[in-house]
Amino acid sequence: MDFGPYLLLASLEGLVTAAVLSLTALGLSLVFGVMRIVNVAHGEFFMLGAVLAWAIATPIAGNPALGFALAMVCSPLVVGAMALLSERLVLRRLKYEPEATIVATIGMLYIIQQLALTFYGPDARAVQAPFDWRIQFPWFGYSGYKLSVVGASITLMLLTWLVLARTRIGLMLRATQYDGETAQAFGIPIDRVYCGVFAVGAMLAAVAAVLIVPIQQAHYLMGLDPLLLSFIVVIIGGLGSLKGTVVAAVVIGMSDGIISVFFSPTLAKILATLLVAMVLVYRPQGLFGKAVR
Amino acid sequence: MDERKTPNTATTNGLTRRTALKGLGAAAGAAAIGTQAAPGFVRYAQAQSSEPIKIGFQAHRTGIGAAYGRWYERTTEAAVRLINEAGGINGRPIELIVEDDGTDPRRGAEVVERFATQHRVDVVFGTLFSHVVMGSAPRAGELKMPYFCVSEGHHVASGVLNRYIFQPGITDVKSQVISMAPWVAENLGKKVTMIFPDYAFGHDHRDFFSEAIAAQGGEALELIAIPPTESSFTRYFPRIPSETEVIYHVMVGPGVLTFVSEMGQFYGANRPQIFGFIDSLEAVDLASPGLEFLEGTYFWEGFPRYAMPEATEYDTFFREQVGVNADGASIDDPQDISTYSHMFGCWETLYIIKQAMEASGYSSATDADKAGLIEAVEAMTEFPEGFEHPQGRKTFDGKTHQCFGHQYISVVEDSRLNVVHKTSIEDGLYEPEVDYTTQPL
Repeated sequence: MDFGPYLLLASLEGLVTAAVLSLTALGLSLVFGVMRIVNVAHGEFFMLGAVLAWAIATPIAGNPALGFALAMVCSPLVVGAMALLSERLVLRRLKYEPEATIVATIGMLYIIQQLALTFYGPDARAVQAPFDWRIQFPWFGYSGYKLSVVGASITLMLLTWLVLARTRIGLMLRATQYDGETAQAFGIPIDRVYCGVFAVGAMLAAVAAVLIVPIQQAHYLMGLDPLLLSFIVVIIGGLGSLKGTVVAAVVIGMSDGIISVFFSPTLAKILATLLVAMVLVYRPQGLFGKAVR
Repeated sequence: MDERKTPNTATTNGLTRRTALKGLGAAAGAAAIGTQAAPGFVRYAQAQSSEPIKIGFQAHRTGIGAAYGRWYERTTEAAVRLINEAGGINGRPIELIVEDDGTDPRRGAEVVERFATQHRVDVVFGTLFSHVVMGSAPRAGELKMPYFCVSEGHHVASGVLNRYIFQPGITDVKSQVISMAPWVAENLGKKVTMIFPDYAFGHDHRDFFSEAIAAQGGEALELIAIPPTESSFTRYFPRIPSETEVIYHVMVGPGVLTFVSEMGQFYGANRPQIFGFIDSLEAVDLASPGLEFLEGTYFWEGFPRYAMPEATEYDTFFREQVGVNADGASIDDPQDISTYSHMFGCWETLYIIKQAMEASGYSSATDADKAGLIEAVEAMTEFPEGFEHPQGRKTFDGKTHQCFGHQYISVVEDSRLNVVHKTSIEDGLYEPEVDYTTQPL
């Protein structure tokens, strides 16, 4: 294949990666930004979203779009509810101490993973895409659904930005992130903000997973990769910065797409890790992050 | 833990402290005799008992091999049940001890260790994934533990393992590939692009098939290695040269469905011929969404998943006993697709263990008896088709510890696999690369 179409394909692939990654990483970034919690179980909420999408969409007969739409609504809600529960039962009781919560979320990671193994099983299962368009370029064909994932992700990111920047809830979030104690003094119920943020963070991961599950499959070990990549994105972009998360997700996604097409996937991972190291050394708060107060 | 693991006499009702102490004393006494008395004497004493023969089953219950593991376990259980119903081995019943290795090489070695030191099994059996075999086999050799893998890797016959490792129940990749290359070259095309996982199993395919197709006057145009953790494949397809006549694919793991559907999106209706290893789609329903693209493509099968009109009575019996229907799915759950091209190997291997133990007069888990067992397996040359070997006749090379058998090529039609070609045993023979019998026992 010629260089031009080759590059086009690589960029399309990179865009899809970036789209899913930015949603997942945004969830992680939000939780850290507001609550100062490093949620190691974030990838498992992603996996849970995918597994639930399978469980919800599969029994529904008829048009695959129907089952998918239902999964898109229900799966994040269930994952959000579970996150809420674990926030109330675990994180809150640890008083959100950074060290304790890291260990606790590692525990949650294993619990969720093993629960999925027990009840869902070790198989990879596919969910049918809501529609089956195929876009034929002169040189190759490409999945229309994949492109729609990019569109959906952009819409969701815009929506999140609107909520954060333009609504009262967003204002409360930003205030809590800026200075929790002062926010509390001004009457912001940071306890409720925390539990909401943790649920929303998990829901973002679940949404990303529902989007990806017709492309990949639901599998109980699928949470690991998104977790690592999300951490990379969040470290590069700056924890708690929406703009940084998007920029870093696009950089990582595109470079992963292009470098692994032209060179090797391993090199793409090496470079991403190197970038993380460089950012940590020269700009520890991340490219767009503000220094921690 | 598994309920089959311990025939739990200690927890049955009516156990008093006195009987428990007596039992403990007796066990200690027996252990003392076992370690002190002459080995010949002990062997004789135990031969009279009907103590079970312990077979350690190293199972992939979790991890990427779990679907295979589930069916290996079902097949093994069926064969053990039949052997026990027919009087066991040398009059002793088989006790199956299952340990999960998580499809992980490090845990594999630990499991072998546990089998040898804790469960004190007679043989270890049933490992599939080649990297787990590679991780476990050296430890088995050190512990002088006969180890029967059902893995189809070339690692046994290549000579990198040791005298304690056998693969008598399933053919190896090299033999499979060599026997099918002529058919592929003749019927599908000679310019081949190979797509394979980037680890030992994939490298076996890469090396042996590109060699075999070259021997047919063909050529491997491009070799595309894919990292085992990859979850998206579209980015690799541009590397397939446009003059490719045949795409040869062998992928394993949860990413397989993605691989196929992405290839479908990439090519649409305008595709080259495609030849794959069913390993890619073992335990996967061919009617899964995204697999429509495979219609009209070809697969290697070890044992035809869909019962063919010409199926033998042995095949029918095997299906019935393991609980597989004519479409290769579980009788209880048509969604639960078997790993039909591989799992017969467990069944056949168990019967070989039985045959070898009976031939060598195996009576106890001593080094001498184990050595006798190994020599008995090495002395075998042929396994006739029958209820014990439902997949078909096989020959066995005692020097390389590897068997040779028939292979099948099938085409996907209406989301079913229909056999179009069966190779002969001779098609898959190659020069031996090792003589394990020269290694000390």
